[in-house]
Amino acid sequence: MTIVRSLLARREALLVLACLLLLAAITARFPAFSTPKNLAGVFNDTSILIMMALGQSAVILTKSIDLSVAANVALTGMTVAMLNHLVPGLPVVVLILVAIGMGMLLGAINGFLVWWLDIPAIVVTLGTMTIFRGLAFVESGGAWVNAHEMSPAFLELPRTLILGLPVLSWTGLVAIVLATLLFTRTGLGRAFYATGGNAVAAVYAGIDIGKTRFLAFVLSGTVAGLCGYFWVSRYAVAYVDVASGFELDTIAACVIGGVSTIGGVGTVGGVVLGALFLGIIKNALPVIGISPFWQMAISGAIIITAVVINARGERVKGRVILRRKELPL
Amino acid sequence: MSDQSAALTPRHIPDRLDSPFKRAAKSWETLLLAVAIAIAIANSLASPYFLDPWNLSDATFNFTEKAILALAMTFVIITGEIDLSVASIIALASTAMGAAAEVGAGTPVLFLVGLGVGLGCGVFNGFLVARLGLPAIVATIGTMSLYRGIAYVVLGDQVYKNYPADFAVFGQGYAFWIFSIEFVTFLGLAVVAGIVLHKTIFGRQVYAVGNNPLAASFSGVKMRRIKFIVFLMTGVAAGLASVMLTSRLGSTRPSIAVGWELDAVTMAVLGGVGINGGTGNILGVVIAAFVMGLVTFGLGLLNVPGIVMSIFMGLMLILVIALPLVVQRINNRRRVAR
Repeated sequence: MTIVRSLLARREALLVLACLLLLAAITARFPAFSTPKNLAGVFNDTSILIMMALGQSAVILTKSIDLSVAANVALTGMTVAMLNHLVPGLPVVVLILVAIGMGMLLGAINGFLVWWLDIPAIVVTLGTMTIFRGLAFVESGGAWVNAHEMSPAFLELPRTLILGLPVLSWTGLVAIVLATLLFTRTGLGRAFYATGGNAVAAVYAGIDIGKTRFLAFVLSGTVAGLCGYFWVSRYAVAYVDVASGFELDTIAACVIGGVSTIGGVGTVGGVVLGALFLGIIKNALPVIGISPFWQMAISGAIIITAVVINARGERVKGRVILRRKELPL
Repeated sequence: MSDQSAALTPRHIPDRLDSPFKRAAKSWETLLLAVAIAIAIANSLASPYFLDPWNLSDATFNFTEKAILALAMTFVIITGEIDLSVASIIALASTAMGAAAEVGAGTPVLFLVGLGVGLGCGVFNGFLVARLGLPAIVATIGTMSLYRGIAYVVLGDQVYKNYPADFAVFGQGYAFWIFSIEFVTFLGLAVVAGIVLHKTIFGRQVYAVGNNPLAASFSGVKMRRIKFIVFLMTGVAAGLASVMLTSRLGSTRPSIAVGWELDAVTMAVLGGVGINGGTGNILGVVIAAFVMGLVTFGLGLLNVPGIVMSIFMGLMLILVIALPLVVQRINNRRRVAR
């Protein structure tokens, strides 16, 4: 009994249960939804969210927030789509490197402002969110890049099957493995947790919290850049409003997955399950016959519920020592 | 959110205070006022139509609704919280008014519906943050999704536009000469907000909660009640802004006022309200509202598209916070070198 109870207290177990119940409810009426093929499709559809939510979770772990990820997707996505349109001969690998590099740069801008000037992350990324999307408009002039203007190689890559799974899904799986290693097996991962968990103690332990936050933003931006390519290539269109509001989904996945917005709490497993939970709902709505217009309200309600549950969990916490800000001089 | 500057930079305490005049001259508000005047001069040089009184009157329309949000947002930010759901409250209130108008509600009823929905949303935000103690950023990101989501559920891709003719008065009417009802309301609310924030016990308590929550609660300030009230205020302000905007546009779509939370926060922060809470004043926010209004209007006269203007807004938000910090940092370095 105690095993069951302690298992239920874990967010991952709760989420697995929630996902299974959700699947069971949908399958009861629409058996086709839970076929392996369709579930693989749902995972593929959720891969971008999983990757970006993992990047976001690194930022939230350090007690910051990155509202600019969706705008980053729009700007990098538009850039590689236009490059592909203008120089069709350019290998896709180069375009992906451009997307990654550009995303990294945009993330570094956020991180730099947070690190060097110590401006609150919410203000920085609220600003860069509009700037990045505005720049996507400036470079495209508001025009769309459509499927026929993209090269076949550019469009094919995320769909290419390896061992029955598309490349996009594999990228998602690799991202999960890498994030697990980073968060649990490296010094930087520990620094993420320490910076958000107790900044002052982290400083005393010799962690440069500014640099740690900077690296978290670079990571989040890099992932967003890669996803910028995947987004335009998967949906075969690039326009200014691509991924509009998607930053909320990434935050929602984190919050549902048990990442505390006060920092320092959260696991890769939780974030992935949080993203999958949202992904299942998103894919199930049209199947059940509910208008997609419901999706926003539903994810809002889920975010609020998850935050309430998180807050209840945080109430029973260990004693915090070294909470007071002490002047080192 | 940022606890490292306080922890790492030693506090500099001057030997003696500057004279009141010198302090006023160096204050943020004076700087803002200078910026506003500079922009006005630049605008009048750039476009011959700028100084026309009716043009200037038109210019007030595009920022008064946001400025009303910013006035209330100022209170929330001073308590150390933030309300990202204001734009969504506008959408929900507008949808409710549209639905009421469909069934034949008159203008007074619509006005009350707008304010009432705003109040209800504010109460719910206040409940989440003050009662349940949730972090305001995530709680209001959640309600931001929820409120606008409900508007989408109700409206989908439809539009409400059957407003009674006399409903237009809130957003299109004039109080006297070139002064619109919107603008006069904003000025009146600014005076009220200034008095409440700077001359009442409640105002002091708002600062106390943001400056040092622990000391405030030990001094008998009812933190939760203060936080609840400020969220209620942003709700009502958003309801009022919704009445004005809906009346001005004469139609409701669920995407109404998208991104306005950014503008309201920018106005407040540009006006010198510290995002970490505890500092700021209404005068600064009012001047900041004019600065933003002038910038948008000037860029509009120069045919700059809206989304490009938003780049300026984003840059302005970051620059106004970054520049004083950079200056301070350079000064600190100089002091250390000496």
